[in-house]
Amino acid sequence: MIEWNGNKLAEEISNHISDSVVSSDDHSVYISKEKIYEVLKFLKETSGFSFDLLSSITAVDYIDHFEVVYHLKSLITLSKATIKVKLGFGREDQPEIDSSYNLWKGADFQEREVFDLMGIHFVNHPNLKRILLWDGFPGHPLRKDFVTNSQSVVDDGEDK
Amino acid sequence: MSIKSEPITINLGPQHPSTHGVFRMRVTFDGETIIDVEPIFGYLHRGTEKLAEERTYTQVVTLTDRMDYVSSMLNNQGYILALEKLSNITPEPRGVWLRMIASELQRIASHLVAVGFLIQDLGAWGTPLTYAMREREKILQMFEMLCGARITNSYLRPGGVFMDAPEQFWVALKDFVYDFPSKVDELEKLLTSNEIIFSRTKDIAVLTPEQAINASITGPILRSTGVSWDLRKDDTYDFYDQVKFDIPTHSAGDNYSRYLLRVQEMRESLKIVKQCVENIEPGPVRPHHDEVPFLVRPPKGDCYVAIEGSKGELGFYLVSDGSISPYRWHVRSSSLINLTLLRDMLIGTLFGDLFVTFGGIDINMGEVDR
Repeated sequence: MIEWNGNKLAEEISNHISDSVVSSDDHSVYISKEKIYEVLKFLKETSGFSFDLLSSITAVDYIDHFEVVYHLKSLITLSKATIKVKLGFGREDQPEIDSSYNLWKGADFQEREVFDLMGIHFVNHPNLKRILLWDGFPGHPLRKDFVTNSQSVVDDGEDK
Repeated sequence: MSIKSEPITINLGPQHPSTHGVFRMRVTFDGETIIDVEPIFGYLHRGTEKLAEERTYTQVVTLTDRMDYVSSMLNNQGYILALEKLSNITPEPRGVWLRMIASELQRIASHLVAVGFLIQDLGAWGTPLTYAMREREKILQMFEMLCGARITNSYLRPGGVFMDAPEQFWVALKDFVYDFPSKVDELEKLLTSNEIIFSRTKDIAVLTPEQAINASITGPILRSTGVSWDLRKDDTYDFYDQVKFDIPTHSAGDNYSRYLLRVQEMRESLKIVKQCVENIEPGPVRPHHDEVPFLVRPPKGDCYVAIEGSKGELGFYLVSDGSISPYRWHVRSSSLINLTLLRDMLIGTLFGDLFVTFGGIDINMGEVDR
């Protein structure tokens, strides 16, 4: 399988969708938060890219901002690519990004997991609720400011 | 006169013998037909990803064992490959061959569990499961010879494996390789053309390739829909490009083809084990600790490595900040993602098909909830 060079992929994307690429390095392309759905749709539906398999969605907390990471694969062109989005600068409490559920159903549980553990809201997700933890759990544990040793179990009394 | 029926919602699990752990479903029936399913996760959530942030890179190996506890070696392999890529470690060839042997044996063990429990869920109480577990036991004993542990192996280390295989391992492996094909034949004689298995599994919970790919479903379930997609070949790692094996596929996409595919994959894995034994040469099993220290400090950066686990694409995303523990560790869990279409697969089927479909998907709750 060929891994797309980030700089080359960034050039291809910016030729088709203006103002979408923020920056790029050898392995990944940084896309602006507003254009991410458009870019993913383009990468999925354009022949030559045909990224039909959404390998993974995850998120990282870099303290001053969050990063949502998409790993895409194509069974047709036998290639893979990494797309990243920086969002939530300045510890925004509820960073928002467009959901890719309408492109890949495989995003369903993965986006719920990112929402649950990292607290990133996926707009237009049909069923965005906690998946591993229960409703009423205080905070999002994979955030770096989550204090691990002082959490008490809080149950809102409602069935999950 | 028609009988008026009304939908009834039943809770299944988390404590249910057929849910393979602590899985819970809220199922709505109309008569005996399933009209809605809501899977509920999290009963085995241990915060593995958060725990890793407070451990050193080598200690995280022990956490991977406890994710999918019937395929620990494969979890080890995926994590170690990600770590090696992130910190530019070149593994020792003998170590790589040894971990390929271990991983393929583990794949056989995992598929034996999948097949055994699928048949158990069908109501074939005892016999086929015992046949499967008997073979798995031999593999677990071999793992004990390799590393002293049967389930939670932690056998792999950055650059190879923890220690070389003892003499008795090779004897046991030789016996196993000689013996296993006839044991699979025995299992297949009981099951593959069994009328009850046919009627209970054929044309039930059918998936099309388009549906499966769109829902990120990988592994045996994707291959049972006719897509030849195996990361060992399509995105090769370790020395899988130096061994010859086939990727079995089926086009039906139903529960029966999922069962049959796993049986065929066991035979392919055995082929790989045989070739590894032929190719392995004496030498160190991991780099000296001058080259790869016990406390690995990968340079700043991130990487994503995916391997073909026993249940599908098993991906590891590692972010390093240059310290001795991972800044962020994410596991792309194939068990969780393969359940994405569970609702679509179950709607319209009968109550009796529920656990057959569930067993056919083959999940492990340790990996679903992490």
